[in-house]
Amino acid sequence: MPIDCDLHPPTPRLADLLPHMDAHWRETLVSRGVDELISNYEPPGAPISARPGVARDVAGFLAAALDPLGTTAAILNPLLPVAMLHSEDMAAAYARAANDWIAARWLDADPRLRASILVAPQSPALAADEILRCAEDRRFVQVLLPALLDVPLGRRSLWPIYAAAERAGLPVGVHAGSAYLHAPGPIGWGSYVVEDHANMAGGFATQLTSLVAEGVFQRFPDLTVVLLESGVTWLPAHLWRLSKFWRGLRMEVPWLDESPQALVRRRLKVSLAPMDAPDVATFLHVIEQLDGAEMLLFSSDYPHWNDDRAPVPEGLPAELLRKMREENPRATYRRLAEVPA
Amino acid sequence: MNVQQTPVKETAAASRMAIADGDIHPSARSLNVLAPFLERRWIEHIQTFGTGPRHGFFTGPAYPKSQPGADRRDATPPEGGRAGSSLSFMQAQHLDANNIAFGILNPLAPSGQGFRNLELGTAMTRAVNDWQVACWTAPDSRLRASIVVPYEDAEASAAEIRRRAGDANFAQVLLLSRTGEPTGRRRYWPIFDAAIEAGLPVGIHAFGYGGHPITGSGWPSYYLEEMAGHAQASQAGLASLIFEGVFARHPALKLVLIESGFAWLPSFAWRLDRLWARMRAEVPHVKEPPSETIRRQVWVTTQPMEEPSDPAHLAEVIDWIGWDRLIFATDYPHWDYDDPAHAMPLPLDAATRQRFFRENARTVWGF
Repeated sequence: MPIDCDLHPPTPRLADLLPHMDAHWRETLVSRGVDELISNYEPPGAPISARPGVARDVAGFLAAALDPLGTTAAILNPLLPVAMLHSEDMAAAYARAANDWIAARWLDADPRLRASILVAPQSPALAADEILRCAEDRRFVQVLLPALLDVPLGRRSLWPIYAAAERAGLPVGVHAGSAYLHAPGPIGWGSYVVEDHANMAGGFATQLTSLVAEGVFQRFPDLTVVLLESGVTWLPAHLWRLSKFWRGLRMEVPWLDESPQALVRRRLKVSLAPMDAPDVATFLHVIEQLDGAEMLLFSSDYPHWNDDRAPVPEGLPAELLRKMREENPRATYRRLAEVPA
Repeated sequence: MNVQQTPVKETAAASRMAIADGDIHPSARSLNVLAPFLERRWIEHIQTFGTGPRHGFFTGPAYPKSQPGADRRDATPPEGGRAGSSLSFMQAQHLDANNIAFGILNPLAPSGQGFRNLELGTAMTRAVNDWQVACWTAPDSRLRASIVVPYEDAEASAAEIRRRAGDANFAQVLLLSRTGEPTGRRRYWPIFDAAIEAGLPVGIHAFGYGGHPITGSGWPSYYLEEMAGHAQASQAGLASLIFEGVFARHPALKLVLIESGFAWLPSFAWRLDRLWARMRAEVPHVKEPPSETIRRQVWVTTQPMEEPSDPAHLAEVIDWIGWDRLIFATDYPHWDYDDPAHAMPLPLDAATRQRFFRENARTVWGF
């Protein structure tokens, strides 16, 4: 009964969202000629963004995304880049409309579908309100943030988001992408989109460092963090490094009372796609280094076109596959208990 | 990490294998040490206006270190002054005690690298290069200097490299990892061109202040995060050098990544290969999978060694990188120094031990 933890519906256009906005935004977004919200991280025509011929209609999309894998439940992660907007109010209006759109257009259309709550982190207070508003609909199973914002994810200014997620019993999913409020890499603006994608693994690593160092996992003991489309194979080396520096520098973060490696293994989940090892055998070595069989969540990442491998890589042991596709998602997303096994 | 080390007896050191150290940090006891090499006006300028890094603190680093000067507490010379400021004490505590046959000097602050005032940076780097020869490599032939350059001014950097070309006191050109723009951008190309002309490798040492937060998501709170983040900063520099085509332009370029860790390299290379395969249309000038470039043209120093709980995992990672690509380094005299007697947890056969502790360094730096 496979569960797909990262599926991307076509990003809603303004025309999709306007019916879910109030009169002020309906009028001003149109009269100002506001452009479609599209991120430079995923230029629509770039080969990495989408495989050719993706249907925009729900039935056609789901026929291609779910049916070939026999997916029984899939979590939709809409990648509308609301975090890029500089106006807190406009960003919150977009997020709210996107959540109502995904419920009406997608969740109502197929009982296999679940979704993440898109929030605008510009105002953590408004984001917390939106989390609690949407969480009443039990088909929302996660809070969704882009990987790179204006402050590191562990900073206390963002804690209202984690408090609301924990209160609603929802994991926080962090998906590849940037608000582009800083250069997308640590040494400035590169020349190419491919560099932004190369540096995204490092972006996830620094965010994991921040969440760990700031004590988010101690402050919110029921919170699970999920990394989506982050890659997996950078994790062991990063945790060795981080744990070594913790041993030398823990006087700086006294609340961090256990090794980051042990903490992360318990509290972090990570999606499979794109599988970032050259082959399955190497991938399995890395999972062993990570002791990460309980951390992996199956994801197709459809319709992103990361490589030409099958979404379920050949050669993965059946036991690991079962954990990734069933046990781990159900342990991560408690609301999936409402999906028949 | 911050080992309280007592110098071992000379007889014990002599029976140990002679090794190379890819990362030793000499420091100037005070600004006046540079006076013979730096015009008075610049010394007064620094005393009055500071060195002008791309952060706000007139004295000290952006993130307070864990130890004064990030130094080993037992590395303060008996005659006083900063750790790393006394050649005789460095010889006794490190070079002799650990049987270091060849050591690469990488002067850090204040060296003029990354200064906002480019004219000051040019004068300062030139002075630091003169000082390295006069006070370190001339009196101790085990030591080789790095040419520090004011890398935000590539033409001035190239001129400094040409000035030192052919001088056997210098083993490499040194950059810091946190350049103001990604390190492969064209504004830095004259530096790589000049290094190739001079037949020198380019070392990129972690640290520096380029003005950008060390995360793509703003400034972290802690020194711990900055330290961990140097791996990601080095990754960004490597990605830039590859995708801008610097390695394709210079197939003879030898690049050494210093003090940014190494266990991340296999995963990063796999990621670059996958992205390159999918996004070649954007970077048609990159003709081969990045992992092949890395395997041929990139080396990494070992300190701070990653320490997985199962050493077999370390062996796997080094197998993936290649045992010919790792260069042992201690980072003397800093707090996170790796002791050559304890840093490598794996049993190595004699040939591998020689490569790891000495011969790979010789391949790159040619001593």
